[in-house]
Amino acid sequence: MSTSTPPRPDIAPPPLEEAVRSHKQLPRFGGSGLFAGGVVLGGLLSALTGFSWALLVVYGVVLGTLAVYVGSRAVEGKRKATDRLVTCLVVSAFGIAMVPLVSLAYTVISRGAARFDATFFSNSMVGVVGEGGGAYHAIMGTVIITALAAVISVPIGLLTAIYLVEYGTGRLKKAITFLVDVMTGIPSIVAGLFAYALFALFFGPGVRLGVGGAVALSVLMIPVVVRSSEEVLKLVPNELREAAYALGVPKWRTILKVVVPTAIAGLGTSVTLAVARVIGETAPLLVIVGITAATNFDPFDGRMATLPVYAYYQLTQPGVPPQFGIDRAWTAALVLIILVMALNVVARLISRFFAPKTSR
Amino acid sequence: MTATDAPPTRPRPRQQPGDRVFAGSAKGAGILILVILAGVAIFLITEAFPAFTADSADLPGGEGLFSYVAPLVFGTLIAAVLALIVATPLAVGIALFITYYAPRRIAAALGYVVDLLAAIPSVVYGFWGIFALAPAMVPFYGWAEDNLGFLPFFAGPASATGRTMLTAGLVLAVMILPIISAISREVFSQAPALHREAALALGATRWEMIKMAVLPYGKSGVIGGAMLGLGRALGETLAIALVLSVSGGITFNLISSSNPSTIAANIALQFPESTGLAVSTLIASGLVLFVITLLVNMLARYVVNRRADFSGAN
Repeated sequence: MSTSTPPRPDIAPPPLEEAVRSHKQLPRFGGSGLFAGGVVLGGLLSALTGFSWALLVVYGVVLGTLAVYVGSRAVEGKRKATDRLVTCLVVSAFGIAMVPLVSLAYTVISRGAARFDATFFSNSMVGVVGEGGGAYHAIMGTVIITALAAVISVPIGLLTAIYLVEYGTGRLKKAITFLVDVMTGIPSIVAGLFAYALFALFFGPGVRLGVGGAVALSVLMIPVVVRSSEEVLKLVPNELREAAYALGVPKWRTILKVVVPTAIAGLGTSVTLAVARVIGETAPLLVIVGITAATNFDPFDGRMATLPVYAYYQLTQPGVPPQFGIDRAWTAALVLIILVMALNVVARLISRFFAPKTSR
Repeated sequence: MTATDAPPTRPRPRQQPGDRVFAGSAKGAGILILVILAGVAIFLITEAFPAFTADSADLPGGEGLFSYVAPLVFGTLIAAVLALIVATPLAVGIALFITYYAPRRIAAALGYVVDLLAAIPSVVYGFWGIFALAPAMVPFYGWAEDNLGFLPFFAGPASATGRTMLTAGLVLAVMILPIISAISREVFSQAPALHREAALALGATRWEMIKMAVLPYGKSGVIGGAMLGLGRALGETLAIALVLSVSGGITFNLISSSNPSTIAANIALQFPESTGLAVSTLIASGLVLFVITLLVNMLARYVVNRRADFSGAN
């Protein structure tokens, strides 16, 4: 059989040289080499214009990127050059995002370490003017109010998630799903104002109550619990439910004994993450809980101190001389970050150790 | 299709009292959420009502509710938009890096590192803004005043403390970065593998593959994520209250020390010391913020959900 095809005059093969040229490539480490050359050039430039580390990095990355683009364009052509340019940009975008994270971690740890001592965790601010004093009352307040918020929002959130996954149908389900999404976006200060408006109706204007803070935090926490629990419950295989129904188990027992235990690890994780999300909230507590120097364990009795609000006031009203107040503020910020990170780690551990044993 | 779709002919178990109680309480919890959201609006309106009816001379500022709230709305919008302009391209870059550029083995860990930014409380961002970012920006502001002063944004006089609108916008940008990048990452990673492989098989470079197969697919996800970030930036309180040096007035100047405040920051700064009508005025401004964020979030959800309806990924 003849394999020859008639020549097609309209598509002329490209001249040989051009075809070869368009396949030219930079050597394996050519890109990195060009980039390094650009960085060195940037270093020289920053040394000439007055040395600073920030300028060095900026000049280095810009010139390095430029060198890669120009070099690649000369050798490999426009398409490859654009590809390399974008790679440089994307990597620098990630690098830029790391700058604030590292800077923030460094600042908080180095400044917060000054007062990270036993006094800080065992004393309140009663009678403290200058040195000393601690955040015992604020830490307890944060724990009490956050726990109360969890007590309010976990049942509501879990039941809503169960409703959405197991019972919900039609319009109501759609409306709830949409509004939970919208509720996720309520500004935290508006939640605080809501709690204030609610409690001001019963207790008169100027009310400050710990339980009000718990209500405000619940408004922020419920949608988080609903969304993540919903995702987790959806992952429970339908076969398990059907097996339970086939055995004649009523639906509510199926949910309580089959669905929830299967999903318990994920539910624990989602609740923990929701707590981590609200424990650092400042604005609503500033509005409805206020601040006090003394330890107050009763959320139904007047002002309480909480860690974020304590940090805020120690920084903005540090007293005289200001250094001691500012030190306390930074240590409070450090403790706050440690709390949030610890909760995140706990959430990951829960999902790892309590995950259902699957055969897969 | 999800695992929860009920089979069309579900065997109907005998209705027990326990069943009715449990179904009722689950439904009740769902309805409670609707009630809470309505309650937020109703209680805010009730408490803000005196400010709507009061004589304008009695309000803080003495010139009526509108002229009190207008600069705050302006400040809120300009800070949030600034944050959005800075954060969106960066977040898209980060999302692309994690989904398509980073080595597979460490990509998940890098994603977790970016998510750490979302876990940091806003008051800590405020501290960082005052003590680390603002001083670091001062030389740049001086440079911008000298060299870019012809632009209204950099008219100067440059702030000596660095506590400017631009600094506040940058802090906000860092705060919304993880939100936008998380959603972008999700949609980028869902781009159909067949499209991507087809593009690569046709000889596309990695960027051309992303441009042709990933970005068109993820576009509405990125837009939705950006709007969710905008919603967060509009309502952000403490970081702005701490960082921004406020003097009121509407100005486009981003580097001076006299800036309009934002609604949320103004509430946080004024509320603890306010009584009577001033409280009502602040709650009225909170109501305005509530409405703005509600609209932005609804629009964002609409955009994101529309994509979910059409995507083949679920």
